[in-house]
Amino acid sequence: MSASARGAIFKTALIALVLTLVPLPTWLAIIRPEFLVLTVLYWSIQAPFAGGIGFGWFAGLLLDAFQGPVLGEHALAVALVAYLGVHEHQRIRTKPLLQQSLVVFVILVLYEFVLFAVDGWSGHPLVTPLRWVPAATGAMIWPALAGVLSRSYRPRT
Amino acid sequence: MAAFGTRSGSPRNRGGAAGFRFALYALLSVLIMVLDQRLDWLERVRFALQAVTYPIEVVLNSPVTGWHWLEREFASRHALEAENQRLRERLHELEMRTLRVDALAAQNAALIGLKNALPPVAERWLPAQIVNIELGGLRQRVLVDRGERNGVFRNQAVLDDYGVVGQTMHVGPWSAQVLLITDPDQDLPVQVERTGLRTIAVGTGDPTALALPYLPANANIRVGDVLVTSGLGGVFPSGYPVGRVTDVHPDAAQPLARVVAAPFAHLQTDREVMLLWFRHSSPAAPLKERAGELTSGNPSIQPLPAPKRSRAAARPPSRARAAPPQPSRKSSARAPAKARSAPAPSGPRKP
Repeated sequence: MSASARGAIFKTALIALVLTLVPLPTWLAIIRPEFLVLTVLYWSIQAPFAGGIGFGWFAGLLLDAFQGPVLGEHALAVALVAYLGVHEHQRIRTKPLLQQSLVVFVILVLYEFVLFAVDGWSGHPLVTPLRWVPAATGAMIWPALAGVLSRSYRPRT
Repeated sequence: MAAFGTRSGSPRNRGGAAGFRFALYALLSVLIMVLDQRLDWLERVRFALQAVTYPIEVVLNSPVTGWHWLEREFASRHALEAENQRLRERLHELEMRTLRVDALAAQNAALIGLKNALPPVAERWLPAQIVNIELGGLRQRVLVDRGERNGVFRNQAVLDDYGVVGQTMHVGPWSAQVLLITDPDQDLPVQVERTGLRTIAVGTGDPTALALPYLPANANIRVGDVLVTSGLGGVFPSGYPVGRVTDVHPDAAQPLARVVAAPFAHLQTDREVMLLWFRHSSPAAPLKERAGELTSGNPSIQPLPAPKRSRAAARPPSRARAAPPQPSRKSSARAPAKARSAPAPSGPRKP
């Protein structure tokens, strides 16, 4: 875990946050993938001990500060994503990108489900089926995103 | 392929540590959520977070601001003249309408027995620019560039030129989040202008639709009815336009009708909204719901003592006049006086 790894993680997370927050027309906003979550997941898989769960948790808290109906909601969900990434990183890393996309889809559905459940419990229910769309689009752009992110930092092993 | 950055320990050990760390963070998240839900003191944390996030939001919004600035700077003379003309016409139209409104207000005041027309409910206005930022895709929220420094408070009414926009939610030092009326979290007490029927408009998450889910299937409501705020709920003064009913599905098999309305406010295209401070003494000011007392509204309207159940008071005076003997004339003289003292607008009236 070098300083450059942490630097790359921080830089890409910042860009992902900007992509998450930048205003878009409504239909584009609906299909917008969860860039920050995908970035956290990528680094959890590729550098499980540089970023990890704490990084995911703080990234989620940042999302809460901007978008959360309840503080701590995204923090929990993104920490779960990071945990799954770290726990399964050896199994996910060795798979081809398309198979990785399937795994990513499952993880993103879990992520959306945590948000859905917390929304419901905390009294801010949002039951439209559109809320599951980012899971699908996120899985779709995963190969491209992984390609871009892999250029930002490559471990010397 | 070894994970880089591995210092020591087998992957299995690491996995266990990851599970433990996740459990710790999950617990922390749940704690924060519970505190945020149950207690108010995280509102101060929210306030600080708004202060931290606002600069980022302003930076992210700067391309939009820049574009609007360019549009304004390089607008052609012709376009400006056309806009000027349009605005002048609009001003005339509104002035004409205001004249009529003043006359009606005076007439109304005379009708309900007040000497002068009451002051308008809006005391102060503050225009606020909308900061374009993503506040959760499907939730209907916007950020405005006014905060506590400008005197903005929580649950303040926000309007635009066409109708009710929403209310402030989290207020930061320089910014405030506004919950639009179309957000699923927003329940807005409304009144049908034509019939006075009161109900609640609930946001649907769709910026062009409000639902009225609590109307019975036989409710007197039609397509085209105008909804105005009812003044209940303590946030919005009464009488501000909310929307127009666009769809009514009275299904006899269902206990409730399915009614949809379109908001008047231009929620998707607004660049500027108005924050409203209302006068508490105006009768149109929102009522605070506190049991048993009127904390706002017209102070001359007070609860009346329950009418005595005497025969003379209960019967109309014509009947009392018909009764000839002396002792009952005394009571008949008292009865109209009592009846005259009674008819305050909100007094409990028995047929």
